[in-house]
Formats: sequence, structure tokens, C-alpha cells
Amino acid sequence: MRAALLITAKDLRQRTRDLSLPMYALLLPLALAFVFDLTMGAASGGERFRYVVADADGGPAAARFVDAVLRPVERAGVIELRTARTAEEARRIVDEGDAAAAFVVPAGFSAQVAAGRAAELRVIGSAESTTGTQVARSLATSYAAEVRAVRLAVAVAAGGRPDPAEARDLAARAAAVPAPVAVEDRTAANRQLSVGTYMAAGMAVFFLFFTVQFGVTGLLEERAHGTMPRLLAAPIRPVAVLAGKMLTSVLVGLASMAVLVTATTLLLGASWGDPLGVALLVAAGVLAATGIMAILAAVARTPEQASGWQAAVAVSLGALGGAFFPVAQIGGIVAALGLLTPHHWFMRGLADLAGGAGPAAALPAAGAMLLFAAATGGPALLLLGRTLRA
Amino acid sequence: MAGPAVLRCTGLRKRFGDLQAVDDLGFHIAEGETYGLLGPNGAGKTTSISMIAGILARDAGEILLDGTPLTAASVGPKAGIGYVPQELAIYPDLSGAENLAFFARLYGMSRGEARRRVAEVLETVGLADRAKDRAKHYSGGMKRRLNIAVGMLHRPRLLILDEPTAGVDPQSRNAILESVGRLAGGGMAVLYTTHYMEEAERLCDRVGIIDAGSLRAEGTQRELVALVEERDRVALGAGGDLAAAAAALAEIPGVERADRREDGLELALDDARDRLPEILRVAAKAGAAVRSVSVTEPDLETVFLHLTGRALRDRA
Repeated sequence: MRAALLITAKDLRQRTRDLSLPMYALLLPLALAFVFDLTMGAASGGERFRYVVADADGGPAAARFVDAVLRPVERAGVIELRTARTAEEARRIVDEGDAAAAFVVPAGFSAQVAAGRAAELRVIGSAESTTGTQVARSLATSYAAEVRAVRLAVAVAAGGRPDPAEARDLAARAAAVPAPVAVEDRTAANRQLSVGTYMAAGMAVFFLFFTVQFGVTGLLEERAHGTMPRLLAAPIRPVAVLAGKMLTSVLVGLASMAVLVTATTLLLGASWGDPLGVALLVAAGVLAATGIMAILAAVARTPEQASGWQAAVAVSLGALGGAFFPVAQIGGIVAALGLLTPHHWFMRGLADLAGGAGPAAALPAAGAMLLFAAATGGPALLLLGRTLRA
Repeated sequence: MAGPAVLRCTGLRKRFGDLQAVDDLGFHIAEGETYGLLGPNGAGKTTSISMIAGILARDAGEILLDGTPLTAASVGPKAGIGYVPQELAIYPDLSGAENLAFFARLYGMSRGEARRRVAEVLETVGLADRAKDRAKHYSGGMKRRLNIAVGMLHRPRLLILDEPTAGVDPQSRNAILESVGRLAGGGMAVLYTTHYMEEAERLCDRVGIIDAGSLRAEGTQRELVALVEERDRVALGAGGDLAAAAAALAEIPGVERADRREDGLELALDDARDRLPEILRVAAKAGAAVRSVSVTEPDLETVFLHLTGRALRDRA
């Protein structure tokens, strides 16, 4: 064990002098998480969509829309809701960029609904927040589906007046919906990561696979540098060399994840969930990544070949596993393939922890990642051990 | 020489597929002795020392280090061996001192002991003033010296050097040879492989000539030369009565042959350097006017040629 620790300490000293480690372990994941977070319209602390509602009706149907549809979503932390006295004020707020969209309930709305006549609920969206407008439209549509007589009109603020054709189309579609759409699914909402957290976790687990390769690929570098024969000639067991390299991978993986969890929490407002549960997921993820990268290093002949294969596998697994976007939503074979990646289980484990669940919620995902670690790490140890035996 | 045997190898064999890389190799090295394995590239030198260093498992044979059997699975006994591979085996991103400290600790030294020993060895190999510089910034010769320093760091009983001067400039080469000479003087047994005949002649107390995995002959240089029954040669650049001079020189005891050449005389004899004054005196007395003298003694190159039918450098 002493020899393995000496080799690990030597490797860590070498790696800290190599800029590629801090680059892959910290700078790139942080930078990309920040950029993705921004481009997806949810930069640090801004993942809630801000809406304004102008209720000129004041009747029960309007109150139901606000209290039964909008307020629960606000309480779930998805939106921020404010009120305007008039439709003009609501439009101005949207125009000034203080809200992503406005809901305008015209006078007489409740009476029209009560009489079973067509009623109009207007959504004024900002052209600069297409996602926010889509979400607002979905909320209004869900209410329209519940109250089939409601005709939904949608206008985009930058586009000026509402498009009558689109409004008619939406109203028709609303009337065709066979059953009300539930606006709030508390279970689903609780298992949803915020955009900032999703991107932070995605980038962290994606780059984890690059980070851990610095340890296991070190075996090939010892050969390339000619130092492997010297290590094997030393009074140590060959397995100590292997253990030292594996330990390097695990330590740099754990350290980089710990720094990224802390940094994204502080800088991007990411909310990772229960610390013990996160620690379980991180540990299992690091072992899975080490196993997969180790088996590639075991079959490669040179450090360059290993790095090439490892990069290709890391990118493929990351994309399939939803490190960049939630591919599970695509469904079909892509979602099914995603199940075969540790990335998927890492993200799923974090989603299971979201909403205040305890560490036990992370156990299924952590168990799945440990299976990856065992399935790849075991054969990798056998193959690498064989190369060390003369 | 002739201390107790530090290393004793018998019947070493190693095969790679169809190639019998080492075939029934055996030799011993005494305390304070420098033993050279001389042979061309591909002769089996590196395979042999890899087995002795415990890096490569052998197919057959026995290796004893101070009487203790040594295998590729041995751990403790390996501490008695210092190994300097042919290729540079140092970490370029670590300083010279850090490289040495890592291996010192790997060979079981405490932190304090390692610090002291590293300072000593850096001084010995002339790198003390560059101790904190990263090895990648060293010159080729400095890297070679650091490479050797790692091998002798833990004061091994047996130091194995695998062609340590390969690709080194003449100045560094000389420094390396001087260092190796000093190490053997300190009581260490040294196993030195080379395909440079001059190095073997300069450094080694005994030489084993290896070719195609087999030891063809071994002994001191004098013993090996005697083995091939080659004579020294003396060429005299001379004028005058060369025929009379040749006849007179042929009568000197120990002179096997004295032949007249176009520009002088050529003699084949034993102990040419000792007989040179007499040769010059007899030639002058017989009427030859000697202008120049050259003496050629049979060397290991000659021995190798005799034993294998080709020159050392043919495959070097």
C-alpha cells in the first residue's frame, strides 16, 4: 500500500504541473455549465419565468385561472407572478423586459364562461423570451382545455397586435382537447432539476470521464517514458503500480467533482440536493468512470491511442446519457440507449434527490453506476495486471 | 577482484515465439568486479539483464543474488539491485531531486534518509546545482547522469547498466565511464552491457562475449585474446637493406614471422611492446633505416570476429 501511495503522490505532483488536469477537471466544466446556463435563458438565479397577470374581469373564472393554475406553479418555484391593473400596464411590463409574458383576462370573461359562450384569455409574450412565452401559452392552454369554451388569444409583444389566425387556431385546438391538462404534478415537479443545476451536473459528469483518465492512462505513459521497467525492477509488487494509478484516477475524480459541486452551487446557484446523497452519487460515478476509462487504457497500445478512444467514448456516453440535454424526453431508442450510460444514472440520481429527498433516494442510481464500475473495472484490472506481469 | 560472488546466473533461457532470445546463459560477478556483456544489438543482452533485474520472467535457469534466488515475483531481494535501463527512465515533469526522492522512497528509504542520500548522489553525478530544475530542461548528458544516479541511489549490491552511453556525446560518455569506474571501486558489483568494444576494454575486469543469445566466451581481455591465438603486429616504415633486416628479425625469439613489404617490414609476434627496443636495434644493425613504427595488438573486436565470423558493429 505504501508503494501505491508513493506512486499516487508522484502522479498527483506531475498532474498538478500539467495544465490539462485543471483544465478538464475544473475550468472547462465550469465555463461550459455557465455558458449553457446562460444560453438556455436561465443564468444563475434566473431560472424562474417572470409573468404578469392583468385581471379586468374580477369574476370567479378569472380567479380560478389565477388561483388554480398560476399560483400553484409559482409556489413550485417555476414562475414568479405579479399583477397589473390594466392590459396596457401588463403589455408595458413585457415590453420593458420585466416579464416574459402577460396574461390578460378581459372584462366579462367569467360571464362568458358561465354562459357557455366563447371567452378570450390573452397571452402577450416577449419576443426575446420564446421559452417563457411557450411556457405561458402552455399554462393558458391547459386552462382553456379545462374550460372548453375559452378561446385563447396569443400575441407576441414585439410583433404588435395578436395574430387572429393563430388565435383562432389555438382556440380550436383548445376546444379539441378531450380532457383537462393537469398544470401541477407535484411529484414530477419535485424530480425536475433547474436548468442551472442540470447544466452544472451534466458538465461535471461529462468532464469527470476526461479527468479520471489522467490516472489510468498513466500506466501507458510510464511505458512511453521508459519508467515502467524501472518501477518493475523496484522492490515492490507490480500490483502496487496498478493500484497507484487507479487511486490517482479516483482521487482526481473525487476532488474535481467536490470542487465543481461547491463552485456551481456558489457561482451558478445550482442546487445539488442532499449532501450525503450527492456524495454517494459522486463516488459511484467516479468509480464507474474510472472503470470505463481503465478498460480502454488496458486495450490501447499508446497513451495517444488511449486518449483518442477515451475522448470518443466520453463524448458518446455523455451525449446519450443526457449530460448536455435531457435525451430521455426524446423517448424511443435514444432514451433506451441512455440507460446504458453512467451519465443517465448520475443525472437521474440527482433528479431523485431534488425537492428535498434524503440520501436513500440516490441509492438506486448509485447502485446502477456501481454495476458499471464492476462490469468494466474488474476486467480492466485483470487486463492491466496481465500487462504488468512479465 | 575475486571476492564472493554477488551474482550467479546459470542456464538462463528465454524464448519469444520462434526466437530463442537467450539460450543457456551463465556467468557470475564477484564483489567489486565489473563484468561486461559484449555483443551486437539483438544478441540477447537486454533480455538477459531484464531477467536478472526481475522485470522479465525466464523460461529456465537460476539467478542467485548473494546466494538468494531471484525471480520476477521477488520483492525484497530486488532491493539489492540497481537498474539503469538503456532508454532514459526519468520523469520529465519532476526535478532531478524529485525524481531521485521518489525512487529513494520506493526503495524503502525514510523521508530524511532519502533527502540526505539524494543530496549526496546529486553531488556525485554533478547535478547538485540543477537539483530543482525539471528534468525536461536538462541536456542529454545531464539526463543520462540522472538516469544512472537513480540506479545507484540505494547503494545496491549489483548495479546493472544497459548500454548507458548509447547516443551520448563523447564528453558525457567519458564522464559516465568515469562514474562507473568509481562505483566498482567502491565495492559494488557492476554488470555492464555494451556493443562498444572500447568501453568493455576500459571498464570491465572480465568480459562475456554474447551472440545469438549464447555466451561464446568469457574472461579477462588477455584471456580472451589468448583464446583466439592472434599475434601482435608491428609495421616498420623503413628503407635500406630490407631483405637482410627481415631475415635478422625472424631470428628473434617470439617473432613468428617477419615479412618484407613495399615500404618496409611487417612482423607477427607475441608481446610486441616489450620486444620493440630489440626489434629496432636488430633492424638497424641489419642495414634498415626505420622511419616509423606502429604496433597493433589483438583486441575484443578481433576476438568477436574470430568467434562469430563477423564484426561487432555489423549489426550495431
